[in-house]
Amino acid sequence: MALQIFSYFAFAVALIAIIIRVIKYATAPLHMRWELYPVPHEKGKAEYGGSYLEELNWWTKPRETDMFNELKEMMSEIFFLKGVFHHNKRVWTWSFPFHLGMYFSIGWLVLLLLGAILTATGTEVSTTAGIIGKLVYYLTIPFGYAALVLSAIGALGLYSWRLTDSEQRAFNSFSDYFNLILVFGVTGLALVAHLTGDGDFGLVRAYMASLVTFSSVPAVPFLTTLEIALVSFVVMYIPLTRMSHFVAKYFLYHSVRWNDESNQRGSAIEKRIIELLQLKVGWKAPHIQTGETWMNIVTRETKHD
Amino acid sequence: MTKHLKVKDFGKKTEQLHKLDPKDFTKLPYPYENWVDPEIPEIPEARKADRDVSLDGILNVNFPKPKTKEEEEELVAKFLVGLRRLLTKENNWPFLKPFMLSLDNCVKCNTCSNACPIFESSGRADIYRPLFRSDILRRIIKKYVIPGGSLTARFSNNINLNWETIARLAQLSYRCTLCRRCAQTCPMGVDNGLMTREIRKLFSQELGIAPQELHEDGTVKQLETGSSTGINPPALMDLVEFLEEDITDRTGLNIKIPVDKPNADVLIIHNAGELLSWPENVEAFAILFELAGINWTMASEMVGYDSVNYGLFYDDMQYARVTLKHSEVARKLGAKKVVMGECGHAHKAAMAIGDRIWLAESNIPRESSMVTMEDIILNGKVKFDPERNNFPVTLHDPCNITRSMGIVEPQRRVIRKICPQFREMTPHGVHNYCCGGGSGFAIMQSNNFPNWRMSISGRKKFAQMLGAFTREELDSKSGVYVCAPCSNCKGQIRDMITYYDAYERMKMLYGGLVELIINCMTDVKEGYIEWEDFH
Repeated sequence: MALQIFSYFAFAVALIAIIIRVIKYATAPLHMRWELYPVPHEKGKAEYGGSYLEELNWWTKPRETDMFNELKEMMSEIFFLKGVFHHNKRVWTWSFPFHLGMYFSIGWLVLLLLGAILTATGTEVSTTAGIIGKLVYYLTIPFGYAALVLSAIGALGLYSWRLTDSEQRAFNSFSDYFNLILVFGVTGLALVAHLTGDGDFGLVRAYMASLVTFSSVPAVPFLTTLEIALVSFVVMYIPLTRMSHFVAKYFLYHSVRWNDESNQRGSAIEKRIIELLQLKVGWKAPHIQTGETWMNIVTRETKHD
Repeated sequence: MTKHLKVKDFGKKTEQLHKLDPKDFTKLPYPYENWVDPEIPEIPEARKADRDVSLDGILNVNFPKPKTKEEEEELVAKFLVGLRRLLTKENNWPFLKPFMLSLDNCVKCNTCSNACPIFESSGRADIYRPLFRSDILRRIIKKYVIPGGSLTARFSNNINLNWETIARLAQLSYRCTLCRRCAQTCPMGVDNGLMTREIRKLFSQELGIAPQELHEDGTVKQLETGSSTGINPPALMDLVEFLEEDITDRTGLNIKIPVDKPNADVLIIHNAGELLSWPENVEAFAILFELAGINWTMASEMVGYDSVNYGLFYDDMQYARVTLKHSEVARKLGAKKVVMGECGHAHKAAMAIGDRIWLAESNIPRESSMVTMEDIILNGKVKFDPERNNFPVTLHDPCNITRSMGIVEPQRRVIRKICPQFREMTPHGVHNYCCGGGSGFAIMQSNNFPNWRMSISGRKKFAQMLGAFTREELDSKSGVYVCAPCSNCKGQIRDMITYYDAYERMKMLYGGLVELIINCMTDVKEGYIEWEDFH
């Protein structure tokens, strides 16, 4: 029972932490443009880093964007870590399996949840089940092992890189080491638990089913109990740390780096900026009229003319 | 094993955190393999008594040393107030979101360091790592601004905030050219250039501390007199007269430069530095526009004839004041569009950042002169003979025009058309290296900063310039041309050619793009580019 409460709690904390993070960035005020080229949706120009500002009288022409190219760029960044591959191969060597392990982990948890729902609704998930039950059963196994093995290898590799690279070590903090050791420890332990007693993930699926149906915890060995507790902890811990950078990365790319939307007269952007210019400024340097609005401060000279 | 400086040691009470040694600087290519930089002069003791130089011995921010314990405490308190303001919507809405995102999400992989020409050229000095600077700020915020930070700091982000930390951070924020090359390589999208600018803003907007060249002699002078060069409207009219006479002397053409012509198709705004240092650039635009039949004008109203906006580098308020003056001038003249002359930061200030603050009827469309020139050349609006430009030419990409705005090909299409011996630097375009004079460095001439600027921040660019030409071309002394369509970049390149004696040794000349156009126009007499006149 305590284990189940902890799992519910961990999931709730994770969800809330991610929502808070999304809200924090999504509700931040409109900022000045600060894009960085290449911007992949620039149709016909992204390859060399060009933009629509290369066009004569660009404001008179319809914007042509290439969302497929942007999607392609996103996918290669998400699934291949293209940026790290190009600019820091040493890190990529370990970061790539680590991230791939994380993606498989998500897939594994989703398959476990799916299996749990099927079980709860009376559909068998096993080697002898119907096509859906069989599919979920057979997919869970490679996803589970890939998740655990790749995450463990990646975490250990990244840990050893942080430890042995003298230039890097100066910037590491306790939490950088702790996070990697935690992932390695949990995935390593889970691997042992499954190799020694729950090879087809049936026990953890049964546990997941108990969470879905709010029923009592099935009998599981100590090692599996420990695995469940630690995985629950990691699910909760990651969104509380920098490891949940996937949220910010979305905003960093889409809202800042690739945000080249131009402001036209009478546009929604203009309206929002005019509102923001009504905010009162607290800066105290001598050249700033503290307490006045942005609008008054920055147009003061203009008005004198 | 090399002992690396740790962020937590940034505030320790030592005389100087890093000692620059020319022996550590990267080697230059042919014919500078044996080049030895002179020692960077030390700041005199009398100056050191009231100005802090304990970062690296270089002085470009006149940071006054606190004299008493109370002053030290006041400085720390003010700094923390400013830091908190950076995190509020009221005080920092223009950059709050990108700042928060970069603040929260660095994974400290150090990828940024390898992209930074300053870090590389210095011989990989830890203090110049882009990450190092940002991490100081990050740790201070985590420990001193976020509730409970002092407790968590001992596990993750310890740093000691004292006046030395603050003084060094002020200097350190002016050891980055804001070229954003590091941001381009960051797998997370974190922008250390932006972080640096935020630090500069804090010092300027809360503590009133900024390099004199940017503030008092920069934006303040521009808003008070009309230009950071000190050129006021009557002086501008005198200069225009001089430009017209000079055009006649140089080319035999009689051209009347239109000033304040209402409802012109094009209002061109130059960096006023061109008027004083490179009048041939402004004259070349006048010749080109007249011969291409463009209905154009310059403005004579305060600020409207100087596209400079140093606020872009250090202060949102000063930035906005200047850019809104530009937009007002354009509106009053009824210009159909504003064309930005050859000045990179002016492009970014008016077109990219300014995009969201040129409002309502003052939101006059802006275009890059690269694009305007491309239209003239590629559409045959003037006659030219590329053979007149038959000498080795390479192109420097101003970071603000390429990396920050994506204007890459128009200038190349022009140069390919008019320069038979054009060749690229490596790397180029959006992956270029900064000239080393970015973010206002090119105009900072005080104390020993120019030595640092020549030997460190510009070193990579100088190596690129050399690498663009063959040994034979460099040895022949028949002239090689570095085209830099940006006023500040030109200033930096001029200073580097002088520092490295490259004009005398290899006849390396530099200039803008429009000068190359005029040099090959058949309606203009030959020899617009004066190879014997290095200035």
